[in-house]
Amino acid sequence: MIRFDRVSKRYPPGVDALDGLSFELDDGGMLLVGGHSGAGKSTLLKLVAGVERATSGAVLVGGQNLGGLPRSALPYYRRRLGVVFQDQKLLFDRSAYDNVMLPLTISGFPVREAAARVRAALDKVGLGKREKALPIMLSGGEQQRLAIARAVVGRPDLLLADEPTAHLDAENAADVARILVEFNRVGVTLLVATYAQELFPGARRLLLDHGRIRP
Amino acid sequence: MRAWLHHHLLSAALAWRRLAAAPINSLLSLLAIGIALALPAGGQMILAGARQLAAGTATTPQITVFMHIASDQAASGEIRARLEKHGGVRQARFLAREETLARMKAGPGLREVIEALAANPFPDAFVVTVRDETPDAMERMAVELRKWPGVEHVQLDSAWVRRLDSLLRLGRTVLLLLAALLGGGLVAITFSIIRMQVLTQRAEIEVSRLLGATEAFIRRPFLYHGFLLGLGGGAIAWMLVAGAATWLRAPMAELASLYDLTLALAPLGAADSALLLVCAAGLGWLGALFSLRQSLGQA
Repeated sequence: MIRFDRVSKRYPPGVDALDGLSFELDDGGMLLVGGHSGAGKSTLLKLVAGVERATSGAVLVGGQNLGGLPRSALPYYRRRLGVVFQDQKLLFDRSAYDNVMLPLTISGFPVREAAARVRAALDKVGLGKREKALPIMLSGGEQQRLAIARAVVGRPDLLLADEPTAHLDAENAADVARILVEFNRVGVTLLVATYAQELFPGARRLLLDHGRIRP
Repeated sequence: MRAWLHHHLLSAALAWRRLAAAPINSLLSLLAIGIALALPAGGQMILAGARQLAAGTATTPQITVFMHIASDQAASGEIRARLEKHGGVRQARFLAREETLARMKAGPGLREVIEALAANPFPDAFVVTVRDETPDAMERMAVELRKWPGVEHVQLDSAWVRRLDSLLRLGRTVLLLLAALLGGGLVAITFSIIRMQVLTQRAEIEVSRLLGATEAFIRRPFLYHGFLLGLGGGAIAWMLVAGAATWLRAPMAELASLYDLTLALAPLGAADSALLLVCAAGLGWLGALFSLRQSLGQA
């Protein structure tokens, strides 16, 4: 599903976020990316999400080299992914239902099918009865679950999550991790950047240190 | 295709909701656009009235040659013969003094005055149309005719019509300039409003991009916003002009009747109304497009 081949990413004025990184993640697999702050975890996820491009090396997702993807094709590539952002990026002037509906509207889903999917996604993360609530009315844990619902509503093959349990108490963090693992069990490939690796027992781990894999 | 149409509907609805979300701001913006557009639209209405006035008057330039009051039929006959032979004259129509007297008596207002006179005060006259209708040629012809024997006075009858025609042409040019200037104003107003909207919706734009929205998807609601602003402003301009036409129709008609003229001030016709709305909506859309080109890169 994902293959990094000697990938480097350098930000101006010459800061190396990733340095010759190579790894693979199979279809349906789960990979946890760990490391200290500034190790390159978020950059790695941004490269997979097509938000950033590698300075050198190749990032392949589903056999497609993202470096060769024209800019106009990026939106269509992103629709195939589910992304849980570190800062959630919820729209605070829209209801939980409308937040989850947004990716389906963007993808041009038929209205009835989209509505059914949104309700199913909200049910799955335990927010079925809070669809009319604005994000500001939800707790931190609920907001994170809402972000997960938005990421999975398009039924992506690949789910990326950047620090999904950050800023959550232990109970909510465990809850969010459990939901993500459940999606992986039904075949969704999962790539998670997280400090809290103990919440995902048995998962493959990749530890980054200054943009390189620590053995 | 259905999804594309559905998103157009959603975008239009979203643009409408954004307008409705700040009713006072939206109303003031629409009023500013409407008043700006009402000036050229009102000018067009007045110009149409003036054109109607000019159309009711002969526009072919004519020269009227008045014989001396004491000249006899032989003198008039000689002038007629000269006019018929003159290469520059297209047509010469003779108006006998008796005929003029009868016509004036039949007209309103002058009958009693004319009947009070001891003798016919009108001379024989010729209404001359010429081949070369340029002002210089007409003037040369008038000078030549003045020198002919028995001719008392020569008048370029169409001078005021020509002046009116020139004024109308000038008015049309001024109106076009005004329309271009205020159309530019509309674009500037929409540009500014959409720029503010982009800044307000920055978070949504960023999230939409990350979730796979194309630039067309992101731009569409803003373009509809600009379109609706222009269309709404155009509708307000139309109402202002229609209101002004209703209010001014009676006093203008009364004023015109004092000069024995007919002037019916009418609201914009179907074609002019459609042109106003289409141009207004198009300019609003254009302002939004310019604004998006500049501000979306920064969002």
